[in-house]
Amino acid sequence: MALSREQIAQRIARELQDGFYVNLGIGIPTLVANYIPDGIEVMLQSENGLLGMGPFPTEDEIDADMINAGKQTVTAATGASIFSSAESFAMIRGGHVDLTVLGAFEVDVNGNIASWMIPGKLIKGMGGAMDLVAGADNIIVTMTHASKHGESKLLKECSLPLTGSGCIKKVLTDLAYMEIKDGAFHLKERAPGVSVEEIISKTEGKLVVPDEVPEMTFS
Amino acid sequence: MSGFNKVVNSYEEAMEGLEDGMTVIAGGFGLCGIPENLIAQIKTMKTKDLTVVSNNCGVDGFGLGILLEDRQVKKMISSYVGENALFEKQLLAGELEVELTPQGTLAEKMRAGGAGIPAFYTATGYGTPVGDGKEVREFNDRKYIMEESITGDFAIVKGWKADTYGNVVYRDTAQNFNPMAATAGKITVVEVEEIVEPGELNPAEIHTPGIYVNRVIKGTFEKRIEQRTVRQG
Repeated sequence: MALSREQIAQRIARELQDGFYVNLGIGIPTLVANYIPDGIEVMLQSENGLLGMGPFPTEDEIDADMINAGKQTVTAATGASIFSSAESFAMIRGGHVDLTVLGAFEVDVNGNIASWMIPGKLIKGMGGAMDLVAGADNIIVTMTHASKHGESKLLKECSLPLTGSGCIKKVLTDLAYMEIKDGAFHLKERAPGVSVEEIISKTEGKLVVPDEVPEMTFS
Repeated sequence: MSGFNKVVNSYEEAMEGLEDGMTVIAGGFGLCGIPENLIAQIKTMKTKDLTVVSNNCGVDGFGLGILLEDRQVKKMISSYVGENALFEKQLLAGELEVELTPQGTLAEKMRAGGAGIPAFYTATGYGTPVGDGKEVREFNDRKYIMEESITGDFAIVKGWKADTYGNVVYRDTAQNFNPMAATAGKITVVEVEEIVEPGELNPAEIHTPGIYVNRVIKGTFEKRIEQRTVRQG
């Protein structure tokens, strides 16, 4: 079975380490905040200018001056700091964020990522995505392995305009967890009940498959 | 106005000197911390052919979105413009130019512009359409593109409190792009919720020192919320 959105978030949450500053993109990455393992502390960075993002406010706590990068009302966690957008991107571009999780349309074997623009459709803008992929060393991209029509999103070469070049090393799809190095995807784990053959058939770019590919487990 | 007193008492005075074809840098992220009354004043003035530098372009009927209604904006420099149907329509009709700029690059362009730095190198956008036609330099085995800074004829800023000397503090995440915008205008206008006397703000907690600020005005604010998300209390 392909992973659910929640399982993708759960699997990413295992990459969190105690003391990490983490930027979570919009969509599935945001769900990771619900699965922070017990006993570790992480601080969530929101690129509009908040380090230490707390939960959504209660009806009584709602404050128009307190939002996250998705323009949702939020609260500040204990120990949070608030600053300008220049300061926020200094953190991101200066490589101070320990883990960045974001979605994409395509990635390729050279670590290129396309996530912001589909030619012929309306271009809404890249927001902070180009800064995040250029600035972070530790990035996990989450996406579905193939389109609804079965076309692979893990490519020899991205077909869409890039968000960043040569910057992606880890990809988690609904079918598999892979690392990118030496011009190939390296299969590390597969979703429960998903065969290696299915992953191979849905991966266009070069895929290195070890003898043993462990299944992910979920409680 | 005398000495360091920057306070003006009407929005006409606050935006006096704005002319067709000028560049206006606006603070705000989404609808948070936007100079909503200064924007409304620009609409009233019917100034045209403006280049507007702002992370977003408001929504239909609020924030910078209202300047599209009478086609006052010639060009937007923004990182994300997806919340606005009128924007989409004018863009597709070729009535509006847009220069999409990565959010961190946009913040740094304003910061550098205000700090007298004409350009800077960044890895952001290298190898993407954003880097097309820009100078590439290699430092420590990594490639960077040159980005030029931005200054404006006007900067319009939303603060929380200011003293009459134009020292400004921002409230929570309504800070966002406002401090950089404030440094990058030939004329910087700050509208705030409260004006206090010099000495009432802690000097060590000022976000924008008064040297950057030309005019201060007290306004009342709707503060519209874009995505109202709550948890059960």
